[in-house]
Amino acid sequence: MSQPLIDLSISAKRFAERRVIADVAFQVAPGEIVSLVGPSGCGKSTLLRIIAGLDSDYEGRVSVLGHPPRLRLDEVGLVFQEPRLLPWLTVAQNVGFELGAKGASNPRVAELLAEVGLADHANAYPKQLSGGQAQRAAIARGLFSRPRLLLLDEPFSAVDAFTRMRLQDLLKTVAARHDATLLLVTHDVGEAVYLSDRVIVLASGPGRLSGQVRVDIAHPRDRRDPQLAKHEGQALELLEGADAQVGAA
Amino acid sequence: MSQVASSGPVEQAPRRTRAEPRARFRASLALAGLTARVQGLIVPAVLVAIWEAVVRGGLIPANLLPPPSALIATVRELLADGTLQQNMLISSLRVLAGFSIGAGLGVVIGAAVGLSAKAEALIGPTFQGLRAIPSLAWVPLLLLWLGIDETPKIVLIAIGAFFPVYTGLVSGIHNVDRKLVEFGRVYGLKGATLIRRIFLPAALPSLFVGLRTGLSLAWMFLVAAELIAATQGLGYLLSDGRETGRADEVIVAILALALLGKLSDSILAGLEHWLLRWRDVYKTIGA
Repeated sequence: MSQPLIDLSISAKRFAERRVIADVAFQVAPGEIVSLVGPSGCGKSTLLRIIAGLDSDYEGRVSVLGHPPRLRLDEVGLVFQEPRLLPWLTVAQNVGFELGAKGASNPRVAELLAEVGLADHANAYPKQLSGGQAQRAAIARGLFSRPRLLLLDEPFSAVDAFTRMRLQDLLKTVAARHDATLLLVTHDVGEAVYLSDRVIVLASGPGRLSGQVRVDIAHPRDRRDPQLAKHEGQALELLEGADAQVGAA
Repeated sequence: MSQVASSGPVEQAPRRTRAEPRARFRASLALAGLTARVQGLIVPAVLVAIWEAVVRGGLIPANLLPPPSALIATVRELLADGTLQQNMLISSLRVLAGFSIGAGLGVVIGAAVGLSAKAEALIGPTFQGLRAIPSLAWVPLLLLWLGIDETPKIVLIAIGAFFPVYTGLVSGIHNVDRKLVEFGRVYGLKGATLIRRIFLPAALPSLFVGLRTGLSLAWMFLVAAELIAATQGLGYLLSDGRETGRADEVIVAILALALLGKLSDSILAGLEHWLLRWRDVYKTIGA
């Protein structure tokens, strides 16, 4: 295996006096799609923020692309739980935000918008978009800077089930085309198993590793594949074990 | 119709295509907008008619309340010798100068206080204290310090315009969504760029509330300044009309002030509408 893209080993992360993460260690290889799942309070979003370089107050060692986490767009793209489009910019201006005022006319913006099916909405304002469209614009924006790693924090939790399925497939296609490694935080085990090569399950109170499930099924996958359901069962078992404070591994 | 009497809250009988009711709804909206505008004219028109009738009938002496027909004559007379245009121009220029200075300082100081904790700790309380002074209380001091020429008038108008703009911008900046600021940081924005690309656009709606309030205060303080000491301007026309016993002149000056106030506010409202076209707000008919 080549040099891992993410190499993380955190012994503690505290908010005030409260320890929210204790002993979490994992690696992510280039080209992998990895999900972090776990009950609320297990620190999965905090881990993502640490990897993104938004939070540097932790005990342990984190290496992203061979160096400590830092805010560099050409390395790490970030898609938030809510789309976080700037309401005063058009969709195209949002996608090309990195380049400032001239971002909207960059040819890459039109390309990405076409890929996520928003070519007709380039000049629309975010208020004119549906929840799913807004999240698609956010994905396009996350990919604009050609990051090698795309971090997603519960990106589809605010949309309806049908839209969610379409966005999952879109994310897969787009990420594959752009050769991006994905690290996805979600509370939806089905989503994690369907999308990922590997599902890392966390336990809460304080957050620690519960175990992981490898999903060795080739893409594209069929949602009705019984193998998927089997893996989902394994992940759920780990989650429940985590809940019962057993900590299987 | 006797047989399709509705039997409950769910009424399904007249099912048309989807587009038709929508088009009809839109047409009725347009009609409502038009009738709303016409409706707004009914009350003033009736009042003017009653006014004319009451004064002509001798119920109110015409020298105290000149009838609308006499006011039209006065407007013609004041326009003919240029008095009205001259005074409107002078007043407008004063408001323009005072408002520009006051609003400009309000934006600069408001931005500093809103964006920098140090500036807020240092000068925030001072401005809060100054704001507690009713602005007209400055008048005697301004007259003492600056004499009775243009300067005290423009300073007074600037003071009036300053505070709403200042508070509007400060509160706008303080209410910027933390998530948007974090988003800016993810994109490596810092300092001036973060302010320009995130804070200012996000605070713009609140700034415009301040600007429009500031403008209306600027007109109010213009009248105050011109009533106190002026030889030109609409405020002067007001006091001149009182001294010479010409109620018609007073009323024409009031109408001119209303016209200019509305006009300048419309310009600002138009600018606001255009700059904030991205805002996701409820729109009322005709607004």
